[in-house]
Amino acid sequence: MDTTNLLEVSNLSVDFETDQGLVHAVRDISFSLKPGEILGIVGESGSGKSVSMYAIMGLLAANGRIGGGKITFDGDDISRGAFPSEKAYLHHMNHIRGNKMAMVFQDPMTFLNPLQTIERQITEPLLNHTSMTRAQAHERALELMVQVGIPSPEKRIHQYPHQFSGGMRQRIIIAIALANNPKLLIADEPTTALDVTIQAQILELIRDLTRKSGTSTIMITHDLGVVACLCDRILIMYGGKIMEAGTDREIFYSPNHPYTRGLLSCINNPEAEEKELVPIPGSPPDLLKPPMGCPFVDRCEQAMKICKVRMPDITHLSDTHSSSCWCNEVLRRQAVAQTAAEKNREGGRA
Amino acid sequence: MNGGHYVEISHLDVIYDVTKGVFSPKQLVHAVNDVSFTIEAGETFGLVGESGCGKSSLGRAIVGINKPRSGDIRINGQDVTHLHGRSLHDFRREVQMIFQDPYASLNPRMTIGEILSEPMVIHGLHRSPGAREERVTELLRTVGLKPDHVRRYPHEFSGGQRQRISIARTLAVNPRFIICDEPISALDVSIQAQIINLLKQIQKERNIAYLFIAHDIGMVKHISDRIGVMYLGHLVEVGDSSEVYFHPLHPYTKALLSAIPISDPDVGKSRKRIILEGEIPSPLNPPAGCPFSTRCPLADEACRRMPKMQQFGSHQVACHHVNQSV
Repeated sequence: MDTTNLLEVSNLSVDFETDQGLVHAVRDISFSLKPGEILGIVGESGSGKSVSMYAIMGLLAANGRIGGGKITFDGDDISRGAFPSEKAYLHHMNHIRGNKMAMVFQDPMTFLNPLQTIERQITEPLLNHTSMTRAQAHERALELMVQVGIPSPEKRIHQYPHQFSGGMRQRIIIAIALANNPKLLIADEPTTALDVTIQAQILELIRDLTRKSGTSTIMITHDLGVVACLCDRILIMYGGKIMEAGTDREIFYSPNHPYTRGLLSCINNPEAEEKELVPIPGSPPDLLKPPMGCPFVDRCEQAMKICKVRMPDITHLSDTHSSSCWCNEVLRRQAVAQTAAEKNREGGRA
Repeated sequence: MNGGHYVEISHLDVIYDVTKGVFSPKQLVHAVNDVSFTIEAGETFGLVGESGCGKSSLGRAIVGINKPRSGDIRINGQDVTHLHGRSLHDFRREVQMIFQDPYASLNPRMTIGEILSEPMVIHGLHRSPGAREERVTELLRTVGLKPDHVRRYPHEFSGGQRQRISIARTLAVNPRFIICDEPISALDVSIQAQIINLLKQIQKERNIAYLFIAHDIGMVKHISDRIGVMYLGHLVEVGDSSEVYFHPLHPYTKALLSAIPISDPDVGKSRKRIILEGEIPSPLNPPAGCPFSTRCPLADEACRRMPKMQQFGSHQVACHHVNQSV
């Protein structure tokens, strides 16, 4: 393992038992995260982006289970398999969550407890994970509220969630998440429920706070604009698989996978020259019976016979850029054939 | 026709009574406040603004779901605010609406065939069952669905397909004006483009006027000929869509535009944002004077008076400080 990575996920799979059968929500994904990096995970609903993060945090719903894979966080193996019992696993995860890793959810109202004051909710992770006294935790809570930009914290700390607006509630959640200076912050669509001007405030806040504290961030979103403005590196997920991974510039300026290219051509960049939107035809696959091959095959213009039956291997296009598409294999073989032909020709001449 | 405009809205006010209990003091929300604009036949007018700015209330007032408190709505020269009986029935044929949530706007107990024939039955179009069936098939084709979907129920369709069914339902009565209230915001990115292209294609073929309500100003700019920006019940700026987008004049429009995350890392990461302080004031007690004055970086004494809508080039703007930069 590369010791410089904060988080390393290899071959993670997650399944859900439902009335209709087993849903393979995440299938064999691998990625890593460096300290201080902001990673964006982009995908449409049902692509498995949130579920994979819940699996890492140990927060899967009761009918979900990790089908396999290894998760290494900050040097420790935190996959379920690394623990002798469910109890030991939960105990360990309770120790890490809210402490070394924290999560910001999409809907702040369901995350906050409506019956507890903000003070109680911000100090909870402090009292649980550190040896702070109540008075110290109160001080720290006020400090956090200033950091996330909540005006008149002395007064507002005694209020209840319903007395705050949506944007303010999201700030409170961020304050709770950052209470113990986590090494990893996972933000699951943190701005989707907010208005654009409030979204800009919250994104700015996440960027500033994580840059200052060196926290690594994983940003889950369906909004390509948000990742472009915030993230260093991007994973594109579809049908429970990672289709393409790369730096922000690689994904936006030289996308390799047909799905990524499709996504980019069906969003409107209002700054650019007015162009016709090119939608991706069809709709995402049913993960009750996931396709044998590439999940994108039914919507892909370049689909070949092999795409239907086998998932392509990952092609590394650069140190940071990788993509799973059979087209790359075709190109590779053509290149090999061409060099062979050239060699032959040279050989013939000599 | 009145002055040549297809839709003419003048000084429209929509007020909701939100008084709780019998003895509490009366509480009114001024959801739409003195709004005037026009839409031409076959044109798309985009209405943007954040949640609670009154854009949906305005749309609903135009179709007659909400009764406006005062003001005029003229469609095709006819005042439609006081319609009832037969004339209201006929008006509904001309103006239709597409709703945001395709899961809530289709009756789960009706088949797609029934959903699409219902408006024809109500309006007495295509009276024979055979003719109606033919028309339903044609509608399904228009919106890109298969004719054998007729016997299925809404739950068998995805969000994008349901939105196509909603569109087909509005087209059943051959309207000339469709109000689209956030028609794409519940859909995935790759599906949004499908619906936008479908709406554009239908408009081209049938010369339908759209009032396109959305909070995604990028998409609104893409589909609209003209844009109106709303804030706290007021229309603050109106103009040609690329004109408003590239040369906004109202400080709120400027802030709203700079807040959009642009899907281009070099532009998105480097550009300067105007981050607005604070939040939208409660519509229960709006600020006196200019509604934006509590968050506006340019606000001063003059802003305690309500600014009038004024013409600046091709825009109309309601601001005392149009020529100052933010």
